Amino acid sequence: MGGLAQMKLVGPPKMLDVRGITKRFGGLVAVSSVDLSVSEGEIVSLIGPNGAGKTTLFAIIAGFLTPDEGEVTLNSSSINGLKPHKICQRGMVRTFQITQPFSGLTTLENIMVGAYANTTDYNIARSDAERVAEMVGMSSQLDKSADGLTVAGRKRLELARALATNPKLLLLDEVMAGLNPTEIDEVVKIIKNIRDSGVTIFLIEHVMKAVINLSDRTYVLNDGTLIAQGTPHSVASDPMVIEAYLGHGAAETMKDRAQK
Amino acid sequence: MSRNGALMLLVSAVVLLLAPYFIESKFYLDVLTLIFFTAYIGQSWNVLGGYAGQFSFGGVMFFGTGAYASTILLTTFGVPPIIGIFAAIFAGASLGFIVGYMSFRSGLRGSYFALITLAFAELLRVLANSVEFTGGGVGLFLTYAPGLHNIQFDSPVGFYYFSLLLLTISILIALWLERSRFGAQLAAIRENQDAAEALGIDTLRCKIYAIMIMGGMGGAAGTFYAQKYLYLDPPIAYSISLSVEMLLVTIVGGMGTVFGPLIGAFVLHIVNEITRHFIDTPGLSLIVYGVILVVIISYLPNGLMGLFKSRSKASDDGGLGPDETGGTSKDA
Repeated sequence: MGGLAQMKLVGPPKMLDVRGITKRFGGLVAVSSVDLSVSEGEIVSLIGPNGAGKTTLFAIIAGFLTPDEGEVTLNSSSINGLKPHKICQRGMVRTFQITQPFSGLTTLENIMVGAYANTTDYNIARSDAERVAEMVGMSSQLDKSADGLTVAGRKRLELARALATNPKLLLLDEVMAGLNPTEIDEVVKIIKNIRDSGVTIFLIEHVMKAVINLSDRTYVLNDGTLIAQGTPHSVASDPMVIEAYLGHGAAETMKDRAQK
Repeated sequence: MSRNGALMLLVSAVVLLLAPYFIESKFYLDVLTLIFFTAYIGQSWNVLGGYAGQFSFGGVMFFGTGAYASTILLTTFGVPPIIGIFAAIFAGASLGFIVGYMSFRSGLRGSYFALITLAFAELLRVLANSVEFTGGGVGLFLTYAPGLHNIQFDSPVGFYYFSLLLLTISILIALWLERSRFGAQLAAIRENQDAAEALGIDTLRCKIYAIMIMGGMGGAAGTFYAQKYLYLDPPIAYSISLSVEMLLVTIVGGMGTVFGPLIGAFVLHIVNEITRHFIDTPGLSLIVYGVILVVIISYLPNGLMGLFKSRSKASDDGGLGPDETGGTSKDA
């Protein structure tokens, strides 16, 4: 793992760099001095048990919360204290774990709001939105009202809207939660296509199959602290990680069982 | 807009332009003028309330401030109202900026924003009552001198056309909102402010622009009103009932729609005239009017325009019922 980290240092430049981020809510330390980075062209995932602070960390990175300590750098300039819309204009956009559609608008109108980040022209925004809709497989639902979409549809809409802003870095917060296996496979394919089109991706995910399938690297957050990082396979077999998910002693038990 | 829609718009424009040649009664022309005026000021409320989803209870503050701006310019400095109306627009938009900056910057939303606008309007009414240059409680009297430069006319036809002009401008503004980036941004803010912010929309700036447009429109309405009725005092300039009327016509007609305020103004004025005409018992007409309002609002949550929209939507969404409910409960 040391060798891999070294290679990363001389590899592609860091697009997103998070240094010593801490966030407290009253007495609760939700995120505690977290360091992580995402390089251009990567798919990096952030996993961890419920309540680990993943979404809080995302909210800090995207400018929805201000950290108590630490700094977030995007393309070597600090984005601390910038409002979310400014961060979006710099090329980083987030989706929401609990989907936030513009309910009264149609799918097309929803995606166009994202597309308007780069143009003032109705027709350009419309054709951009239609292109993105095709990419995420929503072309047949363009005229449907957003509040009439299924869970899978809403998750895709989150993705499409964010993608329509033409980001360099996409923060995806559990876009696969609540989907069935077929839908998950489709979204995995879509995310790979998005990466191949030149977008760097940082995602929070609980669906391990997808995490292993997609990620170049994985970070594990537990109780607000990073407890492991590396390739998804190495992380999945890390005793600390297993204990974080399954409880104290779980790693030992699993090892014993495997030996029997 | 569809071809049918454009055709209907053209036909109604011609009918409205030619109406004074067929309508002899001064009374009916005056009613139409009042309807257009209400529709216009309803549309100003619609920009912020309907399109951007920020309800205000004190919309009258822009009307009153605009009315005072052009009237004081006229009575004190002799500036003709045709120029004064631009000062009124400027005054309204500036007030919009101040109120918008102060309240949106501190994150006021929903009923808190609505109440703060009401407070501003009341504050201005009290202020107008106590300072000298507004004429205080005595009010300001305007002299009657017909002429376009005074926005005064020797027949109701002139006022009719001027109100029609205002109405047309307000409808053009709404049509622009329907098809522009700014309009899409306002709709995004109305539907979900956090998501709008995440997608790169400067929500504070957009809301301030929206209230400035509302303010400018309200300001022009103030000049028109003062020149038509030739008298201005604080209870007229900052009356709560006008604040209520502008949101009422829009809600009844349909918020966030181009023709909602106009349809609402038509229906409410006609209902009002009819109940007043047929019911002699004092006060009863108001009760009937209120009951009709309650019925419209409870059965048509999207306003009268919802009658057209819901029918076309229902055919789009057919068969999605179970999925939809499943999705909502799971996601929430």
